[in-house]
Amino acid sequence: MANGESPVGADAPAGGFVQLLTPDGERIDSVTTADGVTYSVDFTDGEYRELYQDLVTVRRLDAEATALQRQGELGIWASLLGQEAAQVGSGRALRPQDMAFPTYREHGVLYTRGIDPIMPFGLFRGVDQGGWDANKYKFNGYTIVIGSQTLHATGYAMGVTMDGKTGTPDGEAVIAYFGDGATSQGEVNESFVWAGVFHAPMVFFCQNNQYAISEPLERQTRIPLYRRAAGFGFPGVRIDGNDVLASYAVTRAALDQARNGQGPTLIEAYTYRMGAHTSSDDPTRYRIASEVESWKVKDPISRLKAFLTKQQLADDTYFAEVDESARKLALDLRERVLAMPDPQPVTMFDHVYPNGSPELDQQRAQFAAYEASFEGSTH
Amino acid sequence: MSETITLGKALNHGLRRALENDPKVVIMGEDVGKLGGVFRITDGLQKDFGENRVIDTPLAEAGIIGTAVGLAIRGYRPVCEIQFDGFVFPAYNQIVAQVAKMYYRSLGKVRVPIVIRIPYGGGIGAVEHHSESPEAYFAHTPGLKVVTCSNPADAYAMIQQSIISDDPIVFFEPKRRYWEKGVVDLDAPGDFPLHASRIVRDGTDATVIAYGPMVRTALDAAQAAAEDGRNLEVVDLRTLSPLDLGPVFESVRRTGRAVVVHEAPGNLGLGAEIAARITEECFYSLEAPVLRVTGFDVPYPAARVEEEYLPDLDRVLDAVDRSFGW
Repeated sequence: MANGESPVGADAPAGGFVQLLTPDGERIDSVTTADGVTYSVDFTDGEYRELYQDLVTVRRLDAEATALQRQGELGIWASLLGQEAAQVGSGRALRPQDMAFPTYREHGVLYTRGIDPIMPFGLFRGVDQGGWDANKYKFNGYTIVIGSQTLHATGYAMGVTMDGKTGTPDGEAVIAYFGDGATSQGEVNESFVWAGVFHAPMVFFCQNNQYAISEPLERQTRIPLYRRAAGFGFPGVRIDGNDVLASYAVTRAALDQARNGQGPTLIEAYTYRMGAHTSSDDPTRYRIASEVESWKVKDPISRLKAFLTKQQLADDTYFAEVDESARKLALDLRERVLAMPDPQPVTMFDHVYPNGSPELDQQRAQFAAYEASFEGSTH
Repeated sequence: MSETITLGKALNHGLRRALENDPKVVIMGEDVGKLGGVFRITDGLQKDFGENRVIDTPLAEAGIIGTAVGLAIRGYRPVCEIQFDGFVFPAYNQIVAQVAKMYYRSLGKVRVPIVIRIPYGGGIGAVEHHSESPEAYFAHTPGLKVVTCSNPADAYAMIQQSIISDDPIVFFEPKRRYWEKGVVDLDAPGDFPLHASRIVRDGTDATVIAYGPMVRTALDAAQAAAEDGRNLEVVDLRTLSPLDLGPVFESVRRTGRAVVVHEAPGNLGLGAEIAARITEECFYSLEAPVLRVTGFDVPYPAARVEEEYLPDLDRVLDAVDRSFGW
């Protein structure tokens, strides 16, 4: 696959990408890249419908989060709008034993891991910094500094090798999520070096959504991102990031290669951030409406809906049920977000050190006494 | 079994013991394997424990610390070597933004028990970036603990205690003292707590507070002062974050005078914090302001003038004189 030009989909960028479902909902049975690797999926009717339900659900939850932010209930929100297929496809490709290292936008992957979608809301509402158990859920905490988590993933993958958990079909694999902007970070390039030389069982999953806040892809790279992998000595492949089937097929294959002891793969999911970088951003300052319109016709959900309809795998009743189910989940999420209690101020002193610190204990006691001094006053 | 060994060899023995005691301990860094590290602190360890336990890494400090974070999440206890003090800065982001905050961010669910060993300080005639004292940057960062040893026995005990600890610890090694010898009980990893300072010379007239490479300097100064009839008490801080200033306060309340010594530049260094705390806690006992003897507020100078930059016996005694002349 290294350096191999990918097959060209109808709407592919120069150099092509792996596409198994066209924007019109046409199913492509299989795709063989220039390197001779063949990708396909073998889903049951029910599994196609489940993927559709996943996509609709994560978009609906995301929309609810955006609304909550606009209503002042979240400090900020990083929307995944437009990237549902990249996230759901790759997330569903993970096996239970696989470990994921997300950025702060992987709400769709989080959902596919079976994690309560409420979890990131503590972070975005400002009641905590995330706070879930990475090892329990096999999903690390959101990482905000761009690219840092790729090194964490690589180290974790080295540990998988050291534990002897590779080389078999039931081995473990690791996936690191990052964006196009992150590929300029030194730490990401270091993680490529390390994963290469240590033959780490991992997949680098780059969601190229074309923008790092305001800066377009051209400010990050002179060559297609997937081709960077060749220089580090492992395969790179570009997929249609709006095609949930391609995302699933290629990620599943790359993860299985990794768990079988065949080293890392870089996947570039070519997609588009339909919304703003975060709720604090104004994309009208740096991109034109016609560009956004051109991506609307590539929508990841409408193409799967078209496929399901054409194949008579689902009808309007089913689609309405999915919408209603997602609406209920979103409502439930809203209610629970609104019910999140603000933390007690003194808890800011918790969890600084596993073994504690006498100096910090003293500060905490002083702060608690200071707070208590206002009790009963109208201050 | 007690042996007289160098500080460097004591660290080597301590690391060996840690590798023996816990299969999850791994050593990683540049040249730590076949070469045994540029200071030979890891000498022979890869040969005895293998390439998976003592890992020669690519030449990338952020990579060393960043992958150590992942290994720690996986359940390992990485001991990372940063080759020289001035080379830690490419890893600064990982140390400050990730290592220090992972436990806090995860509400205590994710621990990253990483030890970051950094040979630090000057006095070895080195080129730029090989003689710095960056401890304040790390001591200023909540979530990190910072310790430094001054003698072989402490080196042997403290490196093992640091590796056993679940806290992320930056472990500063006084590189110019690597070759100084002392008696080490190799059967006793030390029952003195890791995060505790210690009075290393009793005295009555003034308190000299030092750590790492400057403890030897402070003890030499105390020896010289004794010949002039002044009896200096010397405190080895050992732990820089958290500070353990109880013994310092107790000492200063007795002596009424305090001099803080470190190689790092004075401006906003550990000495400033210690002086402020002594003033808060011992105000009515002080006969003079707390004085500092430190490196100057310049980039670490060329080796031919480093002896003038570094605090030495005479500058410590000069500060003691000024304290008495107040």
